[in-house]
Amino acid sequence: MDRRNFIQKTAAFTGGLLVPKLLTASFPALPAKSRIVISHNASWSRSVGTVDSDSMLKVLDKAIQTYFQVDHVRQGWSKIVRPGEVIGLKVNCLSGHGATHTLLVQAVAERLQQAGIKENDIIVWDRLNSDLEDGGFRINYGKKGLRVFGNDAIGFDPYLQTFGQASSLVTKILTRVVDGVINLPLLKDHSIAGITMSLKNLFGAINNPNKYHLNTGDPYIADVNRLPAIYHKVRFTICDAAQAQYHGGPSFMPQWRWPFGALIVGRDRVAMDYTGWKIIEQKRAKMGFKSLKEEGREPTYISTAADASHALGTNDPQRIDVIRV
Amino acid sequence: MDEHNQKPELYDLLPLTLQGLPLKRRRFLKTSALAGLGALSGTFWAMPANAGEGKKDDRKFIAEAAYYEKLQHKQVRCKLCPRHCVIDDRERGYCGVRENRNGTYYTLVYSRPCTYHVDPIEKKPLFHFLPATLAFSIATAGCNLNCKFCQNWQISQVTPEQVPSIYLPPDGVAEAAKKYHCPSIAYTYNEPTIFFEYMRDTARAGHEQGVKSVVISAAYIEQEPIRELAEEVDAIKVDLKAFSDTYYKDIVRGELKPVLDALVSIKKSGVWNEIVYLVVPTLNDSDQEIKGLVKWINQNLGPDVPIHFTRFYPQYLLKNLPPTPVSTLERCKAIADAEGLHYVYIGNVPGHPAESTYCPHCGKKIITRNGFVVSDIFIVNGRCKFCGTPIPGVWKE
Repeated sequence: MDRRNFIQKTAAFTGGLLVPKLLTASFPALPAKSRIVISHNASWSRSVGTVDSDSMLKVLDKAIQTYFQVDHVRQGWSKIVRPGEVIGLKVNCLSGHGATHTLLVQAVAERLQQAGIKENDIIVWDRLNSDLEDGGFRINYGKKGLRVFGNDAIGFDPYLQTFGQASSLVTKILTRVVDGVINLPLLKDHSIAGITMSLKNLFGAINNPNKYHLNTGDPYIADVNRLPAIYHKVRFTICDAAQAQYHGGPSFMPQWRWPFGALIVGRDRVAMDYTGWKIIEQKRAKMGFKSLKEEGREPTYISTAADASHALGTNDPQRIDVIRV
Repeated sequence: MDEHNQKPELYDLLPLTLQGLPLKRRRFLKTSALAGLGALSGTFWAMPANAGEGKKDDRKFIAEAAYYEKLQHKQVRCKLCPRHCVIDDRERGYCGVRENRNGTYYTLVYSRPCTYHVDPIEKKPLFHFLPATLAFSIATAGCNLNCKFCQNWQISQVTPEQVPSIYLPPDGVAEAAKKYHCPSIAYTYNEPTIFFEYMRDTARAGHEQGVKSVVISAAYIEQEPIRELAEEVDAIKVDLKAFSDTYYKDIVRGELKPVLDALVSIKKSGVWNEIVYLVVPTLNDSDQEIKGLVKWINQNLGPDVPIHFTRFYPQYLLKNLPPTPVSTLERCKAIADAEGLHYVYIGNVPGHPAESTYCPHCGKKIITRNGFVVSDIFIVNGRCKFCGTPIPGVWKE
C-alpha cells in the first residue's frame, strides 16, 4: 500500500466512524428555554372514557405542531425520526390497568409511518411480555405489523453500563434493535420516588430497577438516564396524561385518578418531570393531601437530573416554556 | 397432576460428568483438584441451568412469602430482611424476587434454582463441617444486598426472568444430593435469605432423607426468620463483610448491626457457625477494624468460632483494587490469634499453612488442606487424635 492509498483508506475508515456521530449530532440541541406543550382535549377532561382514536390523533397532532412550531405534522415528526430508522416506543404497563393507552401507541405509529418508518420497524416495548399483555397489547415478533415484546423476550446486553451510583445491564432492545426511542410514560404519583413520568419510565430499560428505589430514587433515576444507551437514544417524550393519578401510585388506584385530559410532550425530560410534578402537587393540594415533601418523598431526583454532572435538562421554571393548547 | 408434586427430570439436567457413582477417594481427589484449579483460574463458576421460564409460566415457582404484613391499599411490608421494603401492588422488593400481587406477597423463586453444582464443602468454606465431603449446592436469582465485589453478580443482581432456571422442588434437591453422595445441601452463590421458604422446606426434605443443610449467607436477615432457619439447618456460614457501618452502607448497601444481631442469634441457637471476612485492600483491612472485629467475636460468640480471612480478587464494580496481599491476610490472622481465637484461617491462598486446622491445645495439625483438597484428618470422635482435646464442629454424617 503506498502513501496515497493509505491516506485514502484511512480517510474512508475515519469517515465511516464519524457517520453515526454526525447523524446523532444533527438532531437539534436543547434550546436555551425548554418547551413543554400540554395538549388538552376538553371532553377527555370532562369524562373518563371519551378517549378515542380520532381525538387521540387530534391531540397528538396539535401537540407536535405546537412543539415544533410547524404547519404540517409531518414536519414535526421529521425532527424526531428519519425514514428507514427503527424506532422504539417505551410504554408504561407496570400497573396493568391504566397503562399507556393503546390508542396513543396507534396514533404515534400512524404518524411515524407517515414520516417514513416502516410499520414493522416500530417496536412497542416494556419490561415484560406479560406487562404488555396486561396493558392491552398483543405480543408480536412477526414480520408484519408493529412489533411488540418485552425485555424478557430479548434479554439484556451483557456489558454493565455505569454512571454515578447506577450500574446496570440495558435491554438489547435499546442497544441492538432500535435507532431511537420515543418515551410514552404516564403521569402518576409514586409512593417512593414522589412522581413517575419521563425519567423514571426508563427504569424499564434496565435489569435491576429494584436496586434503585432507595432514598426516593435519588440519584439513581438521574443516573440511569445518563447510562449511555439511554442517554443517546431517547429522543422525545409524549406523556399520556389523559388520566393521571395524584396519590397511591404507581399501582392502579382508581379512587385517586382524575381525567387530566391531555398529552404532555417535550424533548427535555427534566422539564417534563418538573412540570408533571407541579401538576400532581396542585391536584394533591386541591384534594386536601399533604405535599410530597411533607410526606417525605419529594422527587429530588429531578433537581439531581438537572445538575451539572447529569445535565439532562432544566428544572428552572424561568427556563421552561409551558404552552397549553 | 399438581406441578408441585412432579418429579424433576434431574438426570437430564445434571451434567454427565456428575453421573458416575459412587465417588471413590481417587475420583474425589481428582474432582477436588480440578475444582481448585478452576477456582484459581476464575472459571469455577456455578453452571447455569438450561431451561428458561417466563412470567406467564411462573405459577409453579411462586409461594406466599413467610414474613410480611399486609398494609392499606394493597401495599405490603416485607419482614424478611432489615430493609423492610414497603411494596406496592405489582412491584417487587429490593431483592427482585418477591412480588406483591394484589396485596399478597409472593416469592418468585420457590423450587427455581438457576444454578446447581456439586462442590467440596471446603469451597463454602466450612472447615469444621464434615470435611472432605461434597455439598449439593443451589442458588436462585436475586440478592438483598449489592456488594461491589460480588463474584456472582450475574445471578445475584438480576431477577428470576433474566436467568435460565429449572424446576427443582425441595424433595428433588434432597434426592439429587443423595444420588450424588452429598451428605449436605448448600444454599449458596447468591444470598439464600431471599429464597427463605424454598431453603427452609428443602432443609426439611433433606432431613427426611438423611441429608444435612448448610447456609452460606451474609446474614442480613431479621431476627424471627434467622431463628426459624437456625432450627432447620445444620450449619450457617456468615460472610461478615466488614466491621464498620460505612463499609456496609457504601460497599454492600446494607447495615452492620442486623448482621451482628443475627450472628448472636445463630450462636444462641447452637447451630454450627463459621465466619468469613473478605479482606478488601484499603477498605476493611485496618488494624483497628480487625481488632474491633475479633474482640467482638471473642466477647459475643466465643473463641471457638472459626474465622476465615479471605483474599479478595477484583470483580464486578471493584476492579480498581488489587488482590489482597498475602501479608495483609497474615496480619489479620496475627491480630485474631493475639485476641485468643482458636481457629483462624486464611482463605483463597491455596497451599498456605493457615488453610489447615491445628489443635489449639497441642498445636499439631489435625486437618491438612491444600485448596479444596483434604489429605489428612486426625480428629477421632470429635477430639484431637494427639491430645484428646475436643474440636468443635460437625464431624459425623
